[in-house]
Amino acid sequence: MTQLDVLEAQSVYILRQAYRSFKDLVMLWSIGKDSTVLLWLARKAFFGHVPIPLMHIDTGNKIPSMIEYRDRFALEWNLHMIVGQNTKALESKQTFPDGNLDRIACCKKLKSEPLKHTLSGDWPRQVMNHKTGKYELDENPQAFTGVIVGARADEEGSRSKERYFSPRDHHSEWDIAEQPPELWNQFNTDFAPGTHIRIHPLLDWTELNIWQYIQRENIPIIDLYFDNGNGKRYRSLGCAPCTGTVDSTAKNVQEIIDELAGGKFADIAERSGRQQDAEDGGGLETLRRDGYM
Amino acid sequence: MNNTTEFENLSIEQSQEFSDRQKMNIVIIGHVDHGKSTLVGRLLADTNSLPQGKLEEVKARCAQNARPFEYAFLLDALKDEQAQGITIDSARCFFKSDKREYILIDAPGHIEFLKNMISGAARAEAAVLLIDAYEGVQENSRRHGYLLSMLGIKQIVVAVNKMDLVDHSQDVFNAVCAEYTDFLSQINVKAERFIPVSARDGDFIATPSKIMSWYDGPTILQSLDEFKKEPAPVDQPLRLPIQDIYKFTEEDDDRRIIAGNIETGTLNVGDEVVFYPSGKRSKVSTIEVFNAPSTNSAFAGQSTGFTMEKQIYIQPGEIVSRADEPAPKISTQLKTSLFWLGKEPLIFNKRYILKLATARVPVWLKSINTVLDASDLSTENNRSHIERHDVTECVLETVKPIAFDLSADIAQTGRFVLIDNYQIAGGGVILEAEENSNDLITAHVIQREKSWQRSRITPLKRAERCGQKSTLVVISGPAGTGKISVAQKLEEKLFEAGRHVYYLGLDNSLLGIDSDIDNENLRDEYIRRLGEISHLFTDAGMIMIATVSELEEYELSILKRLNHPGQSLVVGIDSETLTDSKLDLHLDSGSNTEQSATAIAKLLTERNYLPEYYL
Ligand SMILES: Nc1nc2c(ncn2[C@@H]2O[C@H](COP(=O)(O)OP(=O)(O)OP(=O)(O)O)[C@@H](O)[C@H]2O)c(=O)[nH]1
Ligand SMILES: [Mg+2]
Repeated sequence: MTQLDVLEAQSVYILRQAYRSFKDLVMLWSIGKDSTVLLWLARKAFFGHVPIPLMHIDTGNKIPSMIEYRDRFALEWNLHMIVGQNTKALESKQTFPDGNLDRIACCKKLKSEPLKHTLSGDWPRQVMNHKTGKYELDENPQAFTGVIVGARADEEGSRSKERYFSPRDHHSEWDIAEQPPELWNQFNTDFAPGTHIRIHPLLDWTELNIWQYIQRENIPIIDLYFDNGNGKRYRSLGCAPCTGTVDSTAKNVQEIIDELAGGKFADIAERSGRQQDAEDGGGLETLRRDGYM
Repeated sequence: MNNTTEFENLSIEQSQEFSDRQKMNIVIIGHVDHGKSTLVGRLLADTNSLPQGKLEEVKARCAQNARPFEYAFLLDALKDEQAQGITIDSARCFFKSDKREYILIDAPGHIEFLKNMISGAARAEAAVLLIDAYEGVQENSRRHGYLLSMLGIKQIVVAVNKMDLVDHSQDVFNAVCAEYTDFLSQINVKAERFIPVSARDGDFIATPSKIMSWYDGPTILQSLDEFKKEPAPVDQPLRLPIQDIYKFTEEDDDRRIIAGNIETGTLNVGDEVVFYPSGKRSKVSTIEVFNAPSTNSAFAGQSTGFTMEKQIYIQPGEIVSRADEPAPKISTQLKTSLFWLGKEPLIFNKRYILKLATARVPVWLKSINTVLDASDLSTENNRSHIERHDVTECVLETVKPIAFDLSADIAQTGRFVLIDNYQIAGGGVILEAEENSNDLITAHVIQREKSWQRSRITPLKRAERCGQKSTLVVISGPAGTGKISVAQKLEEKLFEAGRHVYYLGLDNSLLGIDSDIDNENLRDEYIRRLGEISHLFTDAGMIMIATVSELEEYELSILKRLNHPGQSLVVGIDSETLTDSKLDLHLDSGSNTEQSATAIAKLLTERNYLPEYYL
């Protein structure tokens, strides 16, 4: 088996284990390459079906073509699509682009908070109606207790210490020193009332593995990752104000792979374009302890 | 001749695509502060594996906070770790040599974080164990070495670190090697090699050192490349633990797919397969894939799915094996070697959950043979419980039979974890199936009979007075088959015929005597109590009727044994879990309630529970 075969088998195993163990399971889909690969792996695991609802947190600052892409594949792949947003913060302009918050506080407001409340169902959320292709208010928002996330260990320090199945307390907090052990292919699939579990099927994948797999499987990926003529492309997708483009003329998956494997990005960290990581020593750790993905 | 092979190897290497390269997981272990994170940090730095600017960034942050720079800070990413200069949780770092790719798992050495070390090590295929040359072999040098062998890791390289602190002395190095070799030989482990290093200075990490010219072996980097990648165990008997059974009806999909990861062996279309522990059989019809070429075979390492020619009732947790290959073992009693990591000790008379492959069963600690301190190999023989970090040889008893292998035969299905208070709290390997001792239920029933306060009224006298022989009538079947209506009808009929009968409604026991059972997982406790209640009713001379949805064979056996010496009569309505040989009467949900109740009453009469004239 090749490296990609091994990674695929392990991720499929984790997804199936999650689906078997949790009734109230959801998968976060940021539209980016990692969670799109995750979604594809779910189609592998469940033989073409996606029996797990997908959740997208719309910060209102996402690049518009991301929403188009999301809805196209939600329809095409028959996805149970749920969308959440901190509409209050957006209306009252409690954001970084509006100049009222710093980057980390903005991430908390527009990502961590709505994520928490959309998961628990105590904020209104929208679901896609496949007959009309439009979103409607979710009338019975159930609380999700298992959340599948596309985090990779190579992204950043605190992610390198994650478990495949990671219990979080009811404040979504990550008690790093108290993580229970995980042995062989046995995961922590039991959880005390009031807590929930984060599931990370992609921990062992590198950025390069993700692109190799996209190529092998021919996964449709949003074109923001490619240069469309101006010598710039996104390497990591986030909110427009905080995610810079990189200088690159990679126009397709193969060219991205070349850049990563031996070319200009071989030794440059992927998230180097994400501004919030740089704000304090452990910016992302702070966010992660607080429930950011 | 030689040249040709070399040339061939080269061209094969070169033609390999990047994505075809192997990836290997290596864990770095050893006593606290012996330099594990420093070694990994140094290895990454010296091979230019760090992202651009990372080293400078960490150095700058150290300067800013007026702290000396440590290579360990490249790994110890958590704020608490940097503040305390200690690794708390295992970190994965990605790294590649010319030969292959690696995930290096930097484990913590502090005993407090042993659970994190084990989590890291359990993912590894080989290990580098560090020993501080100055401090010498310490408690966790030994404990980690011992645990590696339990986790099934056979390839170990020992790095004797901080050689700079002992003047790069070959004698000190040799002494450490001798002491640790001796320890390893006591646990039947042999290190691949010992390497003198100075992680901080980079000696023999990625490059050889001129200082220790007395050593001419490989560097750490070279020794990683020397580790052998174990081939996937395709030649062992098939073990495919069922993760789940899918029937997605959307878009007219009518496939019923058995899904799971093949731990060992090979599965082919047309193979006759046996499911354990149920022992049921079927034939493989298709192997299912998504977005991949169709195939007739699946192999060890693959997460696969297949459909069957004959649809049979099986459950997730069962192990699929091939009829033409050795079967797994089945038992309720396992002699194991296990390590305990729980905050609370492992004790008797407490129910835990055992997870083995995809099976999940309640389990009790039955007996403790020995307890071992893995840091000095000392043993104790009469302990009443297992403390955190103890290693023990003990016997576990599962509530229902499970399928497994001895860990010496097939590692993947010969190991398990225990759950306590919702968390994995221990892990172990199976040494033997214990066959010839009484299980806990049988032992309980024998004890109960012995001490039972007998009434002066004999069962015979009671039977005469009541005009019936007491018995439990248990009706089992899937939901929606009208079990309860049949039970109620039967009760009514017998009552009207002058019999002493009682139907125990499920809710009535759940609301009362079972109201303290805390969650749905405790079906076995419900069954146990039902068995004890039946025993009281039959002792009282009554006919008791109960319904249970889809009673499993082992549950029925528990129920019957607990009801003993009371009699039991088993009725199945469309039952899929009980085979005909386990049923006294087989009904189907098609017949009406009246007919079904009459059929049961007739059988009771035939079997002499309801004699027409009783003298
Ligand atoms: N003199 C000397 N010091 C070293 C060497 N390697 C590591 N150290 C020092 O030993 C201390 C502990 O190193 P770490 O790498 O954090 O040790 P560790 O084994 O990762 O510790 P834990 O993960 O907490 O168990 C640090 O202060 C290092 O600078 C070495 O080769 N020589
Ligand atoms: Mg360390």
